[in-house]
Amino acid sequence: MSKKVIYGIFDDEEVLLDSNKEVRSEDISIKEVYTPFPVHGLDHALGLERTRLAIAAFIYGAIGCALAIWMTYYIMILDWPQNIGGKPSFAYYLNMPAFVPIIFEMTVLFAAHLMVITYLFKSKLFPGQESSSPDPRTTDDKFLMEIESDDDKKISDLLKKTGATEINVKDIA
Amino acid sequence: MYTVTKNTRLISYALMLVGLIATIFGFVNDAHRAWPSLMVNNYFFLGISAFAIFFIALQYASEAAWATPFKRVAEGITSYFIVGGIIMLFIIFAGKMHWNHIWHWMADGIMDPNDEHYDAIIAGKEGYLNFPFFFLRAVAYILGWWYAAKRLIALSRREDTEGGLKSYKASITTSVIFIVFFGYTSSMMSWDWIMSIDTHWFSTLFGWFVFSSMGVTGFTMIAMIAIFLKRKGYLEQVNENHIHDLGKWIFAFSILWTYMWFSQFMLIWYSNIPEEVTYYMARWDNYNALFWITSIINFIFPLLILMSRDSKRNFGYVMTVGVIVLIGHWCNVFLLIEPGVMKDHWHIGFTEIGMFAGFLGLFLFIVNKALTKAPLFVKNHPFADESVHHHI
Repeated sequence: MSKKVIYGIFDDEEVLLDSNKEVRSEDISIKEVYTPFPVHGLDHALGLERTRLAIAAFIYGAIGCALAIWMTYYIMILDWPQNIGGKPSFAYYLNMPAFVPIIFEMTVLFAAHLMVITYLFKSKLFPGQESSSPDPRTTDDKFLMEIESDDDKKISDLLKKTGATEINVKDIA
Repeated sequence: MYTVTKNTRLISYALMLVGLIATIFGFVNDAHRAWPSLMVNNYFFLGISAFAIFFIALQYASEAAWATPFKRVAEGITSYFIVGGIIMLFIIFAGKMHWNHIWHWMADGIMDPNDEHYDAIIAGKEGYLNFPFFFLRAVAYILGWWYAAKRLIALSRREDTEGGLKSYKASITTSVIFIVFFGYTSSMMSWDWIMSIDTHWFSTLFGWFVFSSMGVTGFTMIAMIAIFLKRKGYLEQVNENHIHDLGKWIFAFSILWTYMWFSQFMLIWYSNIPEEVTYYMARWDNYNALFWITSIINFIFPLLILMSRDSKRNFGYVMTVGVIVLIGHWCNVFLLIEPGVMKDHWHIGFTEIGMFAGFLGLFLFIVNKALTKAPLFVKNHPFADESVHHHI
Protein backbone atom coordinates (compact mmCIF):
# COMPACT_ATOMS: atom_id res chain seq x y z
CA MET A 1 0.00 0.00 0.00
CA SER A 2 1.48 3.33 -0.98
CA LYS A 3 1.29 6.47 1.11
CA LYS A 4 -1.36 8.88 -0.06
CA VAL A 5 -2.28 12.48 0.59
CA ILE A 6 -5.95 13.31 1.04
CA TYR A 7 -7.38 16.76 0.50
CA GLY A 8 -10.74 17.43 2.11
CA ILE A 9 -12.38 20.60 0.86
CA PHE A 10 -14.90 22.49 2.99
CA ASP A 11 -17.27 25.35 2.28
CA ASP A 12 -17.56 26.74 5.77
CA GLU A 13 -15.08 27.47 8.54
CA GLU A 14 -17.38 26.25 11.31
CA VAL A 15 -17.75 22.87 9.60
CA LEU A 16 -13.99 22.77 9.10
CA LEU A 17 -13.40 23.46 12.79
CA ASP A 18 -15.78 20.69 13.88
CA SER A 19 -14.28 18.29 11.38
CA ASN A 20 -10.84 19.19 12.67
CA LYS A 21 -11.76 18.21 16.19
CA GLU A 22 -13.40 15.00 14.97
CA VAL A 23 -10.36 13.98 12.93
CA ARG A 24 -7.97 14.74 15.75
CA SER A 25 -10.07 12.81 18.24
CA GLU A 26 -9.59 9.74 15.99
CA ASP A 27 -5.82 10.11 16.45
CA ILE A 28 -5.21 11.05 12.85
CA SER A 29 -2.61 13.75 12.41
CA ILE A 30 -3.51 16.66 10.15
CA LYS A 31 -0.61 17.81 8.07
CA GLU A 32 -1.85 21.28 7.20
CA VAL A 33 -4.99 23.36 6.78
CA TYR A 34 -5.34 26.07 4.13
CA THR A 35 -7.91 28.82 4.55
CA PRO A 36 -8.66 32.06 2.71
CA PHE A 37 -8.67 34.06 5.96
CA PRO A 38 -7.55 33.51 9.56
CA VAL A 39 -10.05 31.24 11.28
CA HIS A 40 -10.49 32.05 14.95
CA GLY A 41 -9.71 29.05 17.15
CA LEU A 42 -8.18 26.98 14.37
CA ASP A 43 -4.69 26.98 15.93
CA HIS A 44 -6.26 25.69 19.11
CA ALA A 45 -8.29 23.03 17.25
CA LEU A 46 -5.14 21.90 15.43
CA GLY A 47 -3.29 21.69 18.72
CA LEU A 48 -0.60 24.11 17.59
CA GLU A 49 1.75 25.60 20.13
CA ARG A 50 1.23 29.27 20.99
CA THR A 51 3.34 31.62 18.93
CA ARG A 52 6.49 32.94 20.60
CA LEU A 53 6.57 35.98 18.32
CA ALA A 54 5.58 38.22 21.24
CA ILE A 55 8.66 37.16 23.22
CA ALA A 56 10.83 37.82 20.18
CA ALA A 57 9.22 41.25 19.80
CA PHE A 58 10.05 42.10 23.41
CA ILE A 59 13.66 41.10 22.91
CA TYR A 60 13.91 43.12 19.67
CA GLY A 61 12.38 46.12 21.40
CA ALA A 62 14.84 45.80 24.27
CA ILE A 63 17.73 45.64 21.79
CA GLY A 64 16.44 48.74 19.98
CA CYS A 65 16.03 50.56 23.28
CA ALA A 66 19.53 49.68 24.46
CA LEU A 67 21.06 50.59 21.12
CA ALA A 68 19.29 53.96 21.10
CA ILE A 69 20.50 54.74 24.62
CA TRP A 70 24.05 53.88 23.65
CA MET A 71 23.75 55.79 20.37
CA THR A 72 22.45 59.02 21.92
CA TYR A 73 25.03 58.74 24.69
CA TYR A 74 27.90 58.20 22.30
CA ILE A 75 26.89 60.83 19.75
CA MET A 76 25.57 63.59 21.98
CA ILE A 77 27.59 63.25 25.19
CA LEU A 78 30.77 61.27 24.69
CA ASP A 79 32.00 61.95 21.20
CA TRP A 80 30.87 65.46 20.37
CA PRO A 81 28.87 67.33 23.04
CA GLN A 82 26.99 70.22 21.50
CA ASN A 83 25.11 73.07 23.03
CA ILE A 84 21.63 72.81 21.60
CA GLY A 85 19.16 75.33 22.98
CA GLY A 86 21.21 75.67 26.15
CA LYS A 87 20.45 72.12 27.22
CA PRO A 88 23.02 70.46 29.49
CA SER A 89 25.28 68.23 27.43
CA PHE A 90 27.85 67.04 29.96
CA ALA A 91 25.98 64.24 31.64
CA TYR A 92 23.59 61.79 30.08
CA TYR A 93 20.91 61.90 32.76
CA LEU A 94 20.67 65.70 32.59
CA ASN A 95 19.87 65.67 28.90
CA MET A 96 17.91 62.41 28.93
CA PRO A 97 14.38 63.81 28.30
CA ALA A 98 15.53 65.08 24.91
CA PHE A 99 16.55 61.56 23.94
CA VAL A 100 13.34 59.81 24.96
CA PRO A 101 11.65 60.29 21.55
CA ILE A 102 14.70 58.76 19.87
CA ILE A 103 14.75 55.84 22.29
CA PHE A 104 11.03 55.33 21.78
CA GLU A 105 11.29 55.43 17.98
CA MET A 106 14.23 53.06 17.88
CA THR A 107 12.43 50.62 20.17
CA VAL A 108 9.38 50.64 17.90
CA LEU A 109 11.50 50.44 14.75
CA PHE A 110 13.42 47.43 15.96
CA ALA A 111 10.43 45.61 17.43
CA ALA A 112 8.21 46.17 14.38
CA HIS A 113 10.67 45.52 11.58
CA LEU A 114 12.45 42.58 13.12
CA MET A 115 9.13 41.04 14.11
CA VAL A 116 7.88 41.22 10.51
CA ILE A 117 11.16 39.81 9.22
CA THR A 118 11.03 36.99 11.78
CA TYR A 119 7.47 36.21 10.79
CA LEU A 120 8.30 36.10 7.08
CA PHE A 121 11.37 34.00 7.75
CA LYS A 122 9.53 31.50 9.95
CA SER A 123 6.66 31.26 7.46
CA LYS A 124 9.16 30.79 4.63
CA LEU A 125 7.76 33.72 2.69
CA PHE A 126 10.41 35.08 0.36
CA PRO A 127 10.16 36.94 -2.95
CA GLY A 128 9.60 34.36 -5.68
CA GLN A 129 8.44 31.68 -3.25
CA GLU A 130 6.04 29.15 -4.79
CA SER A 131 2.73 28.75 -2.99
CA SER A 132 2.52 25.53 -1.03
CA SER A 133 -1.27 25.43 -1.27
CA PRO A 134 -2.38 22.39 -3.26
CA ASP A 135 -5.54 24.10 -4.46
CA PRO A 136 -5.79 27.74 -5.58
CA ARG A 137 -9.44 27.86 -4.47
CA THR A 138 -8.20 28.17 -0.87
CA THR A 139 -7.37 31.77 -1.67
CA ASP A 140 -10.99 32.41 -2.61
CA ASP A 141 -13.78 30.67 -0.72
CA LYS A 142 -12.73 27.08 0.08
CA PHE A 143 -11.09 25.54 3.11
CA LEU A 144 -8.72 22.63 2.63
CA MET A 145 -7.53 20.01 5.08
CA GLU A 146 -4.45 18.02 4.16
CA ILE A 147 -3.89 14.56 5.67
CA GLU A 148 -1.24 12.00 4.82
CA SER A 149 -2.19 8.39 5.36
CA ASP A 150 -2.02 4.84 3.96
CA ASP A 151 -5.70 4.24 4.44
CA ASP A 152 -7.29 6.83 2.18
CA LYS A 153 -10.67 5.09 2.22
CA LYS A 154 -11.14 5.48 5.96
CA ILE A 155 -9.99 9.12 5.94
CA SER A 156 -12.17 10.00 2.98
CA ASP A 157 -15.23 8.54 4.67
CA LEU A 158 -14.48 10.38 7.87
CA LEU A 159 -14.03 13.69 6.05
CA LYS A 160 -17.23 13.14 4.06
CA LYS A 161 -19.10 12.33 7.22
CA THR A 162 -17.87 15.47 8.97
CA GLY A 163 -18.93 17.76 6.16
CA ALA A 164 -16.31 17.90 3.41
CA THR A 165 -17.89 18.79 0.08
CA GLU A 166 -15.11 17.33 -2.04
CA ILE A 167 -12.32 14.79 -1.52
CA ASN A 168 -9.21 14.57 -3.66
CA VAL A 169 -6.68 11.79 -3.20
CA LYS A 170 -3.16 11.85 -4.59
CA ASP A 171 -0.30 9.40 -4.51
CA ILE A 172 2.88 10.68 -3.06
CA ALA A 173 5.52 10.13 -5.67
CA MET B 1 -28.83 38.77 42.70
CA TYR B 2 -25.84 40.08 44.58
CA THR B 3 -26.04 40.56 48.32
CA VAL B 4 -23.46 42.54 50.23
CA THR B 5 -21.86 40.38 52.88
CA LYS B 6 -21.59 41.62 56.42
CA ASN B 7 -17.81 41.85 56.23
CA THR B 8 -17.84 43.93 53.08
CA ARG B 9 -20.32 46.30 54.62
CA LEU B 10 -18.35 46.52 57.86
CA ILE B 11 -15.16 47.31 55.94
CA SER B 12 -16.84 50.16 54.08
CA TYR B 13 -18.31 51.48 57.35
CA ALA B 14 -14.91 51.30 59.02
CA LEU B 15 -13.28 53.14 56.12
CA MET B 16 -15.97 55.80 56.23
CA LEU B 17 -15.46 56.19 59.98
CA VAL B 18 -11.73 56.67 59.47
CA GLY B 19 -12.54 59.20 56.76
CA LEU B 20 -14.96 61.07 58.99
CA ILE B 21 -12.39 61.28 61.79
CA ALA B 22 -9.73 62.39 59.32
CA THR B 23 -12.03 65.04 57.86
CA ILE B 24 -12.95 66.45 61.25
CA PHE B 25 -9.35 66.27 62.41
CA GLY B 26 -8.17 67.84 59.16
CA PHE B 27 -10.54 70.78 59.27
CA VAL B 28 -9.98 71.46 62.94
CA ASN B 29 -6.23 71.06 62.70
CA ASP B 30 -5.51 72.91 59.46
CA ALA B 31 -8.39 73.79 57.18
CA HIS B 32 -6.06 75.22 54.57
CA ARG B 33 -4.58 71.75 54.16
CA ALA B 34 -7.85 69.83 54.48
CA TRP B 35 -9.62 71.54 51.56
CA PRO B 36 -7.21 70.51 48.81
CA SER B 37 -7.12 67.05 50.37
CA LEU B 38 -10.92 66.91 50.07
CA MET B 39 -10.63 68.08 46.47
CA VAL B 40 -7.98 65.47 45.59
CA ASN B 41 -9.87 62.56 47.08
CA ASN B 42 -13.24 63.64 45.79
CA TYR B 43 -11.95 64.27 42.30
CA PHE B 44 -10.17 60.91 42.23
CA PHE B 45 -13.37 58.93 42.76
CA LEU B 46 -15.45 61.37 40.72
CA GLY B 47 -13.13 60.68 37.78
CA ILE B 48 -13.50 56.93 38.20
CA SER B 49 -17.28 57.08 38.23
CA ALA B 50 -17.44 59.57 35.34
CA PHE B 51 -15.24 57.27 33.32
CA ALA B 52 -17.55 54.35 34.03
CA ILE B 53 -20.35 56.28 32.28
CA PHE B 54 -18.06 56.82 29.32
CA PHE B 55 -17.15 53.13 29.38
CA ILE B 56 -20.78 52.03 29.11
CA ALA B 57 -21.43 54.57 26.35
CA LEU B 58 -18.34 53.41 24.49
CA GLN B 59 -19.56 49.81 24.39
CA TYR B 60 -22.92 50.93 22.98
CA ALA B 61 -21.49 53.34 20.44
CA SER B 62 -19.05 50.74 19.12
CA GLU B 63 -21.66 47.96 19.43
CA ALA B 64 -19.11 45.88 21.27
CA ALA B 65 -20.05 42.61 22.92
CA TRP B 66 -17.10 41.75 25.12
CA ALA B 67 -17.97 44.01 28.04
CA THR B 68 -21.58 42.90 28.36
CA PRO B 69 -21.08 40.35 31.21
CA PHE B 70 -19.70 42.99 33.57
CA LYS B 71 -21.74 45.89 32.24
CA ARG B 72 -23.64 45.99 35.52
CA VAL B 73 -20.36 46.52 37.38
CA ALA B 74 -19.75 49.70 35.38
CA GLU B 75 -23.37 50.71 35.96
CA GLY B 76 -22.85 50.25 39.67
CA ILE B 77 -19.76 52.45 39.64
CA THR B 78 -21.63 55.27 37.88
CA SER B 79 -24.05 55.46 40.82
CA TYR B 80 -21.29 57.12 42.85
CA PHE B 81 -21.06 59.94 40.32
CA ILE B 82 -23.77 62.20 41.67
CA VAL B 83 -22.39 62.04 45.22
CA GLY B 84 -18.95 63.10 44.01
CA GLY B 85 -20.56 65.73 41.80
CA ILE B 86 -22.47 67.31 44.68
CA ILE B 87 -19.34 67.41 46.86
CA MET B 88 -17.51 68.99 43.93
CA LEU B 89 -20.15 71.70 43.59
CA PHE B 90 -19.89 72.27 47.33
CA ILE B 91 -16.11 72.72 47.07
CA ILE B 92 -16.58 75.23 44.25
CA PHE B 93 -19.22 77.09 46.24
CA ALA B 94 -16.90 77.09 49.26
CA GLY B 95 -14.21 78.58 47.07
CA LYS B 96 -16.47 81.48 46.20
CA MET B 97 -17.29 81.96 49.87
CA HIS B 98 -13.53 82.06 50.55
CA TRP B 99 -13.75 79.08 52.88
CA ASN B 100 -11.03 77.57 50.76
CA HIS B 101 -8.39 79.07 48.49
CA ILE B 102 -8.06 76.33 45.90
CA TRP B 103 -8.76 78.62 42.95
CA HIS B 104 -6.52 81.64 43.15
CA TRP B 105 -8.58 83.58 40.59
CA MET B 106 -11.57 83.60 42.96
CA ALA B 107 -9.69 85.94 45.32
CA ASP B 108 -11.31 89.33 45.92
CA GLY B 109 -10.07 92.23 43.84
CA ILE B 110 -7.79 90.15 41.68
CA MET B 111 -9.55 91.36 38.54
CA ASP B 112 -9.96 94.96 39.71
CA PRO B 113 -7.30 97.32 38.30
CA ASN B 114 -7.59 99.61 41.33
CA ASP B 115 -7.02 96.86 43.86
CA GLU B 116 -3.65 96.04 45.35
CA HIS B 117 -4.18 92.33 44.49
CA TYR B 118 -4.76 93.14 40.83
CA ASP B 119 -3.29 90.56 38.46
CA ALA B 120 -3.41 91.61 34.80
CA ILE B 121 -3.00 88.06 33.44
CA ILE B 122 -5.84 86.67 35.52
CA ALA B 123 -8.00 89.72 34.76
CA GLY B 124 -7.51 88.95 31.06
CA LYS B 125 -9.20 85.58 31.62
CA GLU B 126 -12.28 87.06 33.23
CA GLY B 127 -14.50 86.23 30.29
CA TYR B 128 -14.08 82.53 31.01
CA LEU B 129 -12.98 82.41 34.62
CA ASN B 130 -15.78 84.22 36.41
CA PHE B 131 -17.77 82.58 39.14
CA PRO B 132 -21.32 82.51 37.64
CA PHE B 133 -20.14 81.00 34.35
CA PHE B 134 -17.74 78.67 36.17
CA PHE B 135 -20.43 77.39 38.48
CA LEU B 136 -22.92 77.05 35.66
CA ARG B 137 -20.46 74.99 33.65
CA ALA B 138 -19.80 72.70 36.61
CA VAL B 139 -23.54 72.17 37.02
CA ALA B 140 -23.87 71.49 33.29
CA TYR B 141 -21.13 68.84 33.30
CA ILE B 142 -22.45 67.10 36.36
CA LEU B 143 -26.11 67.18 35.32
CA GLY B 144 -25.32 66.23 31.73
CA TRP B 145 -23.22 63.24 32.67
CA TRP B 146 -25.56 62.19 35.41
CA TYR B 147 -28.54 62.35 33.09
CA ALA B 148 -26.73 60.15 30.54
CA ALA B 149 -25.85 57.64 33.25
CA LYS B 150 -29.42 57.57 34.56
CA ARG B 151 -30.85 57.13 31.11
CA LEU B 152 -28.45 54.36 30.08
CA ILE B 153 -29.16 52.47 33.30
CA ALA B 154 -32.91 52.95 32.93
CA LEU B 155 -32.79 51.67 29.36
CA SER B 156 -30.75 48.67 30.45
CA ARG B 157 -33.28 47.84 33.19
CA ARG B 158 -36.15 48.24 30.71
CA GLU B 159 -34.38 45.86 28.36
CA ASP B 160 -34.29 43.27 31.17
CA THR B 161 -38.05 43.34 31.56
CA GLU B 162 -39.29 44.11 28.06
CA GLY B 163 -36.73 42.60 25.72
CA GLY B 164 -36.52 43.49 22.07
CA LEU B 165 -34.10 45.81 20.34
CA LYS B 166 -35.87 49.07 21.19
CA SER B 167 -33.91 49.79 24.36
CA TYR B 168 -30.63 48.83 22.76
CA LYS B 169 -31.12 51.20 19.84
CA ALA B 170 -32.15 54.03 22.14
CA SER B 171 -29.02 53.33 24.20
CA ILE B 172 -26.84 53.69 21.11
CA THR B 173 -28.35 57.10 20.32
CA THR B 174 -27.92 58.28 23.90
CA SER B 175 -24.35 56.97 23.99
CA VAL B 176 -23.29 58.67 20.79
CA ILE B 177 -24.67 62.02 21.90
CA PHE B 178 -23.12 61.55 25.33
CA ILE B 179 -19.68 60.73 23.93
CA VAL B 180 -19.66 63.93 21.87
CA PHE B 181 -20.79 65.89 24.92
CA PHE B 182 -18.26 64.15 27.13
CA GLY B 183 -15.46 64.75 24.64
CA TYR B 184 -15.89 68.50 25.02
CA THR B 185 -16.94 68.68 28.62
CA SER B 186 -14.32 66.32 30.06
CA SER B 187 -11.64 68.59 28.63
CA MET B 188 -13.39 71.71 29.85
CA MET B 189 -13.88 70.11 33.26
CA SER B 190 -10.14 69.58 33.55
CA TRP B 191 -9.39 73.19 32.56
CA ASP B 192 -11.98 74.51 34.97
CA TRP B 193 -11.46 72.42 38.04
CA ILE B 194 -7.79 71.56 37.79
CA MET B 195 -5.88 73.70 35.31
CA SER B 196 -7.33 76.96 36.63
CA ILE B 197 -5.74 76.22 40.03
CA ASP B 198 -2.45 77.27 38.42
CA THR B 199 -4.23 80.20 36.86
CA HIS B 200 -1.37 81.74 34.90
CA TRP B 201 -0.31 78.53 33.30
CA PHE B 202 -2.01 76.61 30.50
CA SER B 203 -1.40 73.51 28.46
CA THR B 204 -3.30 72.48 25.36
CA LEU B 205 -3.16 68.74 25.97
CA PHE B 206 -4.17 69.03 29.60
CA GLY B 207 -7.66 67.66 28.99
CA TRP B 208 -6.36 64.47 27.43
CA PHE B 209 -3.82 64.06 30.17
CA VAL B 210 -6.50 64.25 32.83
CA PHE B 211 -8.79 62.04 30.78
CA SER B 212 -6.11 59.35 30.39
CA SER B 213 -5.62 59.32 34.14
CA MET B 214 -9.37 58.95 34.60
CA GLY B 215 -9.26 56.13 32.07
CA VAL B 216 -6.57 54.14 33.84
CA THR B 217 -8.30 54.38 37.20
CA GLY B 218 -11.73 53.73 35.67
CA PHE B 219 -10.70 50.55 33.87
CA THR B 220 -8.76 49.42 36.92
CA MET B 221 -11.72 49.91 39.21
CA ILE B 222 -14.06 48.04 36.83
CA ALA B 223 -11.57 45.16 36.60
CA MET B 224 -11.00 45.03 40.35
CA ILE B 225 -14.69 45.04 41.25
CA ALA B 226 -15.41 42.42 38.58
CA ILE B 227 -12.66 40.18 40.00
CA PHE B 228 -13.91 40.84 43.52
CA LEU B 229 -17.43 39.74 42.55
CA LYS B 230 -16.04 36.79 40.64
CA ARG B 231 -14.15 35.63 43.74
CA LYS B 232 -17.33 35.94 45.78
CA GLY B 233 -18.92 33.49 43.37
CA TYR B 234 -20.95 35.94 41.28
CA LEU B 235 -20.49 36.87 37.63
CA GLU B 236 -19.96 33.29 36.47
CA GLN B 237 -20.13 34.54 32.88
CA VAL B 238 -16.97 36.60 33.33
CA ASN B 239 -13.83 34.61 32.63
CA GLU B 240 -10.18 35.30 31.98
CA ASN B 241 -10.95 36.40 28.42
CA HIS B 242 -12.92 39.39 29.65
CA ILE B 243 -10.31 40.26 32.27
CA HIS B 244 -7.66 39.89 29.57
CA ASP B 245 -9.35 42.60 27.51
CA LEU B 246 -9.72 44.85 30.55
CA GLY B 247 -6.05 44.26 31.29
CA LYS B 248 -5.24 45.39 27.77
CA TRP B 249 -7.16 48.58 28.39
CA ILE B 250 -5.33 49.25 31.66
CA PHE B 251 -2.05 48.59 29.86
CA ALA B 252 -2.92 50.76 26.87
CA PHE B 253 -4.23 53.67 28.93
CA SER B 254 -1.17 53.57 31.15
CA ILE B 255 0.96 53.97 28.04
CA LEU B 256 -1.34 56.77 26.84
CA TRP B 257 -1.01 58.49 30.20
CA THR B 258 2.77 58.25 30.04
CA TYR B 259 2.73 59.57 26.50
CA MET B 260 0.67 62.58 27.55
CA TRP B 261 2.74 63.12 30.68
CA PHE B 262 5.95 63.10 28.73
CA SER B 263 4.67 65.13 25.77
CA GLN B 264 3.61 67.88 28.12
CA PHE B 265 6.76 67.69 30.20
CA MET B 266 9.32 67.51 27.42
CA LEU B 267 8.02 70.40 25.34
CA ILE B 268 7.94 72.65 28.37
CA TRP B 269 11.32 71.47 29.63
CA TYR B 270 12.89 71.89 26.22
CA SER B 271 11.51 75.29 25.29
CA ASN B 272 12.12 76.59 28.82
CA ILE B 273 9.74 79.56 28.53
CA PRO B 274 9.38 81.17 31.96
CA GLU B 275 5.59 81.35 32.06
CA GLU B 276 5.27 77.67 31.14
CA VAL B 277 8.13 76.26 33.12
CA THR B 278 6.94 77.60 36.48
CA TYR B 279 4.39 74.80 36.55
CA TYR B 280 7.11 72.19 36.51
CA MET B 281 9.48 74.19 38.68
CA ALA B 282 6.89 74.10 41.46
CA ARG B 283 6.75 70.32 41.16
CA TRP B 284 10.44 69.81 40.54
CA ASP B 285 11.58 71.90 43.51
CA ASN B 286 9.05 71.00 46.17
CA TYR B 287 7.64 67.63 45.11
CA ASN B 288 10.72 66.17 43.49
CA ALA B 289 10.64 62.57 44.72
CA LEU B 290 6.87 62.21 44.47
CA PHE B 291 6.90 63.74 40.99
CA TRP B 292 9.39 61.25 39.58
CA ILE B 293 8.17 58.21 41.49
CA THR B 294 4.59 58.83 40.29
CA SER B 295 5.58 59.03 36.66
CA ILE B 296 7.73 55.94 36.93
CA ILE B 297 5.36 53.64 38.82
CA ASN B 298 2.42 54.57 36.61
CA PHE B 299 4.46 53.58 33.59
CA ILE B 300 6.85 50.80 34.56
CA PHE B 301 4.52 48.60 36.62
CA PRO B 302 1.64 48.33 34.15
CA LEU B 303 4.13 48.07 31.28
CA LEU B 304 6.22 45.24 32.66
CA ILE B 305 3.62 43.34 34.64
CA LEU B 306 0.74 43.52 32.19
CA MET B 307 2.76 43.07 29.02
CA SER B 308 2.47 39.32 28.72
CA ARG B 309 -0.72 37.51 27.85
CA ASP B 310 -0.54 35.18 30.83
CA SER B 311 -0.39 37.96 33.40
CA LYS B 312 -3.42 39.75 31.92
CA ARG B 313 -5.34 36.50 32.27
CA ASN B 314 -4.25 36.05 35.88
CA PHE B 315 -6.67 37.66 38.34
CA GLY B 316 -3.99 38.03 41.01
CA TYR B 317 -1.66 39.93 38.71
CA VAL B 318 -4.42 42.25 37.52
CA MET B 319 -5.42 42.94 41.15
CA THR B 320 -1.79 43.67 42.11
CA VAL B 321 -1.29 46.05 39.22
CA GLY B 322 -4.67 47.58 40.01
CA VAL B 323 -3.62 48.48 43.55
CA ILE B 324 -0.31 49.95 42.34
CA VAL B 325 -1.99 51.92 39.59
CA LEU B 326 -4.68 53.31 41.88
CA ILE B 327 -2.02 54.51 44.33
CA GLY B 328 0.07 55.91 41.47
CA HIS B 329 -2.82 57.81 39.95
CA TRP B 330 -3.94 59.10 43.31
CA CYS B 331 -0.43 60.61 43.57
CA ASN B 332 -0.93 61.97 40.06
CA VAL B 333 -4.14 63.74 41.07
CA PHE B 334 -2.35 64.96 44.19
CA LEU B 335 0.36 66.47 41.98
CA LEU B 336 -2.24 68.08 39.72
CA ILE B 337 -3.98 69.88 42.55
CA GLU B 338 -1.75 70.36 45.59
CA PRO B 339 1.25 72.31 44.19
CA GLY B 340 -1.00 75.14 43.02
CA VAL B 341 -2.71 75.42 46.41
CA MET B 342 -0.22 74.34 49.06
CA LYS B 343 3.01 75.41 47.29
CA ASP B 344 5.85 73.95 49.39
CA HIS B 345 3.76 73.34 52.53
CA TRP B 346 2.37 70.03 51.39
CA HIS B 347 1.94 66.87 53.44
CA ILE B 348 0.74 63.37 52.93
CA GLY B 349 -0.37 62.46 56.40
CA PHE B 350 -3.42 61.35 58.30
CA THR B 351 -5.61 64.06 56.76
CA GLU B 352 -4.87 63.00 53.19
CA ILE B 353 -4.73 59.22 53.65
CA GLY B 354 -7.61 59.15 56.12
CA MET B 355 -9.81 61.15 53.76
CA PHE B 356 -8.83 58.80 50.96
CA ALA B 357 -9.98 55.90 53.12
CA GLY B 358 -13.22 57.74 53.82
CA PHE B 359 -13.96 58.34 50.15
CA LEU B 360 -12.98 54.76 49.33
CA GLY B 361 -15.42 53.54 51.96
CA LEU B 362 -18.18 55.80 50.66
CA PHE B 363 -17.46 54.72 47.09
CA LEU B 364 -17.52 51.02 47.98
CA PHE B 365 -20.65 51.43 50.06
CA ILE B 366 -22.59 53.18 47.29
CA VAL B 367 -21.31 50.91 44.53
CA ASN B 368 -22.03 47.75 46.51
CA LYS B 369 -25.50 48.99 47.27
CA ALA B 370 -26.15 49.83 43.63
CA LEU B 371 -24.94 46.41 42.52
CA THR B 372 -27.62 44.69 44.61
CA LYS B 373 -30.41 46.55 42.81
CA ALA B 374 -30.37 44.51 39.60
CA PRO B 375 -29.22 41.05 38.47
CA LEU B 376 -25.49 41.13 37.74
CA PHE B 377 -25.97 39.60 34.32
CA VAL B 378 -28.07 41.45 31.76
CA LYS B 379 -31.08 39.68 30.32
CA ASN B 380 -32.27 40.26 26.74
CA HIS B 381 -29.15 42.20 25.77
CA PRO B 382 -28.60 41.45 22.08
CA PHE B 383 -24.94 40.62 22.73
CA ALA B 384 -25.47 38.65 25.94
CA ASP B 385 -24.92 35.30 24.28
CA GLU B 386 -22.01 36.41 22.12
CA SER B 387 -20.26 37.98 25.08
CA VAL B 388 -20.40 34.78 27.13
CA HIS B 389 -18.53 33.01 24.33
CA HIS B 390 -15.99 35.78 24.06
CA HIS B 391 -12.67 34.14 23.33
CA ILE B 392 -9.30 35.68 22.59
